[in-house]
Amino acid sequence: MRITLNGDPYELAEPLTISRLLATLELDFRRVAVEHNLVIVKRATYDAAIVQPGDQVEIVNFVGGG
Amino acid sequence: MDSDPFVIAGKTFSSRLIVGTGKYTSHEVMQQAHEASGTQLVTVAVRRVNVTDRSKESLLDFIDSAKYALLPNTAGCYTAEDAIRTARLAREVGLSDWIKLEVIGDERTLFPDNAGLLEATKVLVKEGFVVLPYTNDDPVVCRKLEDAGAAAVMPLGAPIGSGLGIQNLNNIQIIREFAGIPVIVDAGVGTASDAAIAMELGVDGVLLNTAIAGAKDPVAMADAMRLAVIAGRRAHLAGRIPRRRYATASSNPDGLIAGS
Repeated sequence: MRITLNGDPYELAEPLTISRLLATLELDFRRVAVEHNLVIVKRATYDAAIVQPGDQVEIVNFVGGG
Repeated sequence: MDSDPFVIAGKTFSSRLIVGTGKYTSHEVMQQAHEASGTQLVTVAVRRVNVTDRSKESLLDFIDSAKYALLPNTAGCYTAEDAIRTARLAREVGLSDWIKLEVIGDERTLFPDNAGLLEATKVLVKEGFVVLPYTNDDPVVCRKLEDAGAAAVMPLGAPIGSGLGIQNLNNIQIIREFAGIPVIVDAGVGTASDAAIAMELGVDGVLLNTAIAGAKDPVAMADAMRLAVIAGRRAHLAGRIPRRRYATASSNPDGLIAGS
């Protein structure tokens, strides 16, 4: 199935939770924030939110800036 | 000075210098510069993670959370909507509910879009953010931002990264006179004297990035900025002499041998 991850097409085998998506991407959940179909995903709901085909996911972190 | 605390939204800082984390040649140099600057508050930007290359070290590994509070920014946002989205994501990282709010209106100057900035300030204040808007050096806009609930106003000294110094001393002074909240000069500082001049005008703090990160020796410049902010603040509190067109002798003429 295809989703849009950070603006680019991304292939996933099947629908999965935000928790599993972050684990798949080897991202530390304490360092990132996630938006799912333009809605902020609270950390407490990472296990409940399911990413479906066609969904838009944004994952951000902090980088250098002024 | 212990009797001269710098307080934003109830949080007290011992340093009036806020520095950035961008444009350093390495994370190590940034770390040393932060140390030398004496800052307790550093800005960070919010960007998409690189999902194809995760080998890069994380910025946060080089910022000691016990020493430095984080001030995430909405740099690069050109609409209130994007800035609000970015601010919400920044807060969700879970390290700060403060936001250096930028809504940019022009690519070449990076000047703020006042209408968008005011709109985003209102929304984010309502959502419980501590909002520090990066704004024009316009006293009326600053007053509107304060009325909208901003925790501080951050007028520019000159365009971001320009190093031109404080372009409109008079406006910065008027903003300081009008405001009932901290005024932080953000952007335009090129070297230590610019930071000192800003502080001498009476502003509460200075925020800068490029002047340190882009200096030949960023760590030495960070130290210079630390001293300049302290010197400027002390000079402000000490109260400078008025400017006069003509000389007034420092040595008392009484008892001059040439006297009659």
